[in-house]
Amino acid sequence: MSTGTALALVGGCALITAMIKATGPVALGGRELPAWFASIVELMAPALFAALVVTQVLADRRELGIGADTAGVALAGVAIWRGASVVTAVLIAAAATAALRAL
Amino acid sequence: MSGAGFRAGVRVGLPFALAGGLLATSFGVLAIDVGMPGWAAVLMSAIVFAGSAQIAALGILGAGGGLGSALGAAALMNSRFLPIGLAFAPSLPGHPLSRAAQAQAVVDVSLVVAEDGRGGFDRGLLFGSTAIQYLTWVGGTAAGVLAGGVLGDPEALGLDAIYPTFFLALMVGELRSGRAWGVATAGALIALALVPIAPPGVPVLAASAATLIGLHRRRGAGA
Repeated sequence: MSTGTALALVGGCALITAMIKATGPVALGGRELPAWFASIVELMAPALFAALVVTQVLADRRELGIGADTAGVALAGVAIWRGASVVTAVLIAAAATAALRAL
Repeated sequence: MSGAGFRAGVRVGLPFALAGGLLATSFGVLAIDVGMPGWAAVLMSAIVFAGSAQIAALGILGAGGGLGSALGAAALMNSRFLPIGLAFAPSLPGHPLSRAAQAQAVVDVSLVVAEDGRGGFDRGLLFGSTAIQYLTWVGGTAAGVLAGGVLGDPEALGLDAIYPTFFLALMVGELRSGRAWGVATAGALIALALVPIAPPGVPVLAASAATLIGLHRRRGAGA
């Protein structure tokens, strides 16, 4: 990768990310929003995180399927359920996935 | 915003910062793997600071895609920060430029650790938890860049399993009610249904529509 491409990628990504993150707060910021808004806000995390998990574990770009990482993340999920910390969980997921791929 | 709030934010953000540091290390390894200069990978983490977008953009360039496709993929990956930004908007006061600057501190983890328990977000918790995550994100990337040549193939190390596990841990902590379970299930189904027909990032953005279940149930309960 050339220096020019790397700089264009980094600068472009930085600009795009900053603009997307600023959109909501600049458009609506500081304004009192109606009570129903809070009930949507508190559900944002489960909706988005569930979508991020399934798209990363069950999809490779536009194809659905399972792989070693699916099993590794599922094992880590059991660990999380039993009270493991997020650090322990990601180590379990990586180790289990690597072990399955090494078989 | 109080100093105590900031320090509390650092404390609650620390476990996620440590896991994020591992993820950043995998990003650094991946960057070296696809031929990105190490300094550029560290610079990217320092000024972009958005894991899924960085990984998506790098993946496209690494697979031989063009710069425009890479930037488009990053934008779509980050599109979830449109609804997340709306969620944070009432909690970020001041001049529009000040709000735009404060909004840069909002990351995925903020949705969970910066909640003020009253339907809004606490800025001390937001800034504190993001500050510690920023340190490990940039530091982890540098570690990955340095280790990249030694560690080899990120997939053989299972590093691609780190990111979904990170989000799984965030999600499990939020499943405190039947309604949260329902919304998580709906969000997952919406995203999976869109995977075959929409570019990466869009299925996640669309999953935010599952939060509208909140409105229906509220009205149904007469609230």
